[in-house]
Amino acid sequence: MRRTRKQSNIRAPQAGWDGTDVLLACLAEENVEVMFGFPGAAILPVLDRLWFHAEGITNQTRRKRLAFSGALSTCYANSTERICGRNDIMSKTKTDAAASLAGTNGAQVFHRMLQAEGVETMFGFPGGAVLPIFDELFESPIQFVLTRHEQGATHMADAYARSTGKVGVVIATSGPGATNIVTGLATANMDSIPMVAFTGQVKSTLIGNDAFQEADVTGVTRPVTKHNFLVRDVKDLGRIVREAFHIARTGRPGPVLVDIPVDCTVAKLDSEPDLEPNLPGYKPRGGIGNERQIRIAADMINAARRPVLYVGGGVILSGAAEELTAVARKGKLPVTTTLLGLGAFDESDPLSLKMLGMHGTAYANHAVQQCDCLVSVGARFDDRVTGDLSKFAPNAKIIHIDIDPSSISKNVEVDVPVVGDAKAILAQMLPMIECPDRSAWLAQIDEWKKKFPLTYKADGDIRPQEVIEKLGELTKHDAIVATGVGQHQMWAAQFYGWKKPRQIITSGGLGTMGFGCPAAIGAQFGNPGKLVVDIDGDGSFTMTMVEVITAVQYNQPAKFIVLDNEYLGMVRQWQELFYGKRYSATPHACPEFTEIAKGFGAGAAKITDRRQVADALNEMIRYDGPFVLHVCVAREENVFPMVAAGKALDDMIHSQLI
Amino acid sequence: MKHVISAIVQNEPGVLAHVAGMFAARGYNIDSLVVGRTEDENLSRMTIVVVGDDRILEQVRKQLEKLITTVRVRDFKDIDYVERDLLLLRVHAPADKRPEIVALVDLFRGRIVDVSKSSVMIEMAGPEAKLEAFIDLVKPYGIRELARTGVIAMQRGKTNSEKDEK
Repeated sequence: MRRTRKQSNIRAPQAGWDGTDVLLACLAEENVEVMFGFPGAAILPVLDRLWFHAEGITNQTRRKRLAFSGALSTCYANSTERICGRNDIMSKTKTDAAASLAGTNGAQVFHRMLQAEGVETMFGFPGGAVLPIFDELFESPIQFVLTRHEQGATHMADAYARSTGKVGVVIATSGPGATNIVTGLATANMDSIPMVAFTGQVKSTLIGNDAFQEADVTGVTRPVTKHNFLVRDVKDLGRIVREAFHIARTGRPGPVLVDIPVDCTVAKLDSEPDLEPNLPGYKPRGGIGNERQIRIAADMINAARRPVLYVGGGVILSGAAEELTAVARKGKLPVTTTLLGLGAFDESDPLSLKMLGMHGTAYANHAVQQCDCLVSVGARFDDRVTGDLSKFAPNAKIIHIDIDPSSISKNVEVDVPVVGDAKAILAQMLPMIECPDRSAWLAQIDEWKKKFPLTYKADGDIRPQEVIEKLGELTKHDAIVATGVGQHQMWAAQFYGWKKPRQIITSGGLGTMGFGCPAAIGAQFGNPGKLVVDIDGDGSFTMTMVEVITAVQYNQPAKFIVLDNEYLGMVRQWQELFYGKRYSATPHACPEFTEIAKGFGAGAAKITDRRQVADALNEMIRYDGPFVLHVCVAREENVFPMVAAGKALDDMIHSQLI
Repeated sequence: MKHVISAIVQNEPGVLAHVAGMFAARGYNIDSLVVGRTEDENLSRMTIVVVGDDRILEQVRKQLEKLITTVRVRDFKDIDYVERDLLLLRVHAPADKRPEIVALVDLFRGRIVDVSKSSVMIEMAGPEAKLEAFIDLVKPYGIRELARTGVIAMQRGKTNSEKDEK
C-alpha cells in the first residue's frame, strides 16, 4: 500500500540524491522530530547534513547533564565489609575440582569447572536466571567483582586478560544482562582477547516463548564471539565449560560465550558426566612454523636492503616480545608496531619507529612505504594501518607471520606466509638472521626521525600531549595504561613511551569508547600493587565512569586522567579538517568530574593551568585509592600526523604549527 | 563465477546458524546451500555454491575452516566431481500439450510423478545446467510451481590409470 504524504513540504527521493539525503527525507516522512545518538566516523556525513537543514529534525546528544548525590558512601562501607568477610570463607572452602561430580547440581559443576580452569577472579552482575550460580558463589574461593553495568564487567575481564595473559571471565543474567555484554564481546573479539562469558538463560522449556528477560543470546552474539554454546542438559555443562576455556585461550584467542538455562544450574547430575572435549573440527594452529617457509622468509629478510618489521598484537598475545627484540637487534631491523603491538618493542631502542598508520609517526609510515621487505608479525593489515591498500608498501616483498590462516592474504597479497605461533617462529628464525650492511637505510630512517619528530606546541592552555609525556616520565614508562577511544588514545599511543608488553590496554579493532575506565579497574585486579592509569577523554570517560564506584567498593587504586576538551575531539577533528568546521553534535558539555568522583568515594582534583600538571600527576600517583584527575586541555588540539581515510600511508597531514 | 564447496560439520543445533551467519556477516553471496546427513550420524554435509572470484573462494574456505563446528572443508575447484540438483516442477499441461511435454521429459530423462486435469508434476535430477536448460524449454507452457534442492556434490573416485601413477 502506498502511504499518503502527510506534509506537502516533504520531497520524495530524487535522482542525484546521496544516501544521506534519502535517509533524512525518509525520517522526515516518518515524522521524526528528535534523534538521540552519538557521533562517529561512520555517520559523519549524516551529522554534517543535520547541521545544514535536517527538515525539522534536531539532534541531541544522548547524555543529559548529570546530577549525582554523594549519599551512597555508607552502603559501600557496608558492602566492603562483607567482601572482606568473605575472604575467610574462601580459604575454608577450597574444593577439589577433580572430585566426583555425581550428585552435584549444575551450579556446583560450574564452580568446580571454573576452579579447575584456574579462574581466580570473575566480573559480572547478578539476576534471576543466574541466581543458583550466585548462591553457589558464596561457597566458592573465586573472587567475584560486582560491576555497575554488564558492559563494564566485560571490559574489566578483557583488561584483566590483556594485562595478565589469563582468561577473563564474565557472568551476566539473561535478556538485558546478556545484551549488555555484546559490546564487550565484540571488543575482545576484534582484538583476539581470551575471555569466557557466561549468561543465564530462561528455563529450557520456556526458550522461544518470549519469556520474561529472554533474548536469543547465542543468536545475538554469534558474529562477535569466537564461538558460543547453549547448554541443553546439565550433563553437558562441565564438558562445555572446558571446551569454552580451551577455545578461548588456544590458537588465535577470542571470547567464547556459554548460555546456561536456569534449570540446568538447578538440576542434579545422577551419574558422572563425560568431561572429554568433543571438538573434532577445532584444530588451532599453534606451535612451530613450517621450516621451509621460515628459511625462505629469513633468506628474503637477509637479502633485503630496506627491511621493516611490522608488529601487531599477536606478538603480545603469544609472549614473543623477547624473541622479536632478539631478531630485530641481530639483523638491525627497524620495528614499527600497531596500536595493539605497542610495548612489544622498547620505544627507546634506536631501531624503534614507534606506531605506524593513520596517526602513526611519519618516519614509520615513510619507512613502510619505502621498504623492500615488510615482515608482518601477528598483525592483520587493518585499514587504519595500511591507508589506501593499492598504494601500500608498493615496493615491498611481504612476509606474513600469523597464527590464523584466514588472516593471510585477506587484505594484502602476501609473498611468504608462515602460519603458527609468533614466539616459536621467531625463535626458529633467529639463528638464520644475518646482518648485512644496511647503514644507508638506517641513515635514511634517522633523517626522517629528525625531520618529522612527534611534536606539539607547549604553550598557552594545557596540551594533552604534554600531560601524557609528563605521566610517562613520572611513572618511568612503567605503568599499565588503559585508554578510551579517540584523540586521547592516539596521543597516549604517541607520547607515553612504551617499553614492555601488556602495558597498554586499549580497544584497537572495535574502537570502543568507554573502554578505559572499566579496563583500568580490570587491569588493577589482575596486577595488585602495580600503578594502573586510565588516560581518558571526557567523551569516553562519561560513557562508563560509573565503574569508579566499583573501584571504590573493592578498593582498587586505579587512577583516571580525564583530558577534557568539552568536545568529542576525534570526530570534531574530522569535522574541522573535512567538513568545514561544522561541529555537528560534537560539543560535549561536561559535569564537574571532581564532584562526581568525590560523590563516588574516590579522590579527585581538577587543573586548568600548565604549571599545575606535574604536581597534580604526582598527587594522583601518590594517592592511596582510586583517583580522578580532571584536566581541562586546549579545546581544539588535533592529532598529527594524520593519514586521511583512503589516502596512501605517506600522504600525511603534518602538525600545523600556527 | 560459481564454486562448489563441501563442508563436513558437526551435527549439532546451531551449526547452520554459524555457517549462514558467517556468510551474511562477510558479505559472501550464496547461490545455494544444502544440508544433509552423512554416513556418520555425528556429522552433516553442507554443500554450498558461492559466487565470486578465486580470492573470495579462498577466503570462504578459510573462514569456513575457522568455524569451530566445521570438521573439514573441500572446494571442488580443479577437481573432477559429480554434482546433482533435484527439481520438482508443476507445469500447465492441457490434454493437447501433454504429449509434447511428456516427450520433453523423456528426452531429459525426467519422470512424471503427478498428473491432474490441467497440469503435470515433473521430477528431474542432474547437474544445474541441465535443469536450467529444461526449465527454459518448459517455460512457454506455463510453469505453475517450481522447487529445487540446490546442488550436492562428491569427488569422483580415482580411475585405474590415476591409481597406477600414484
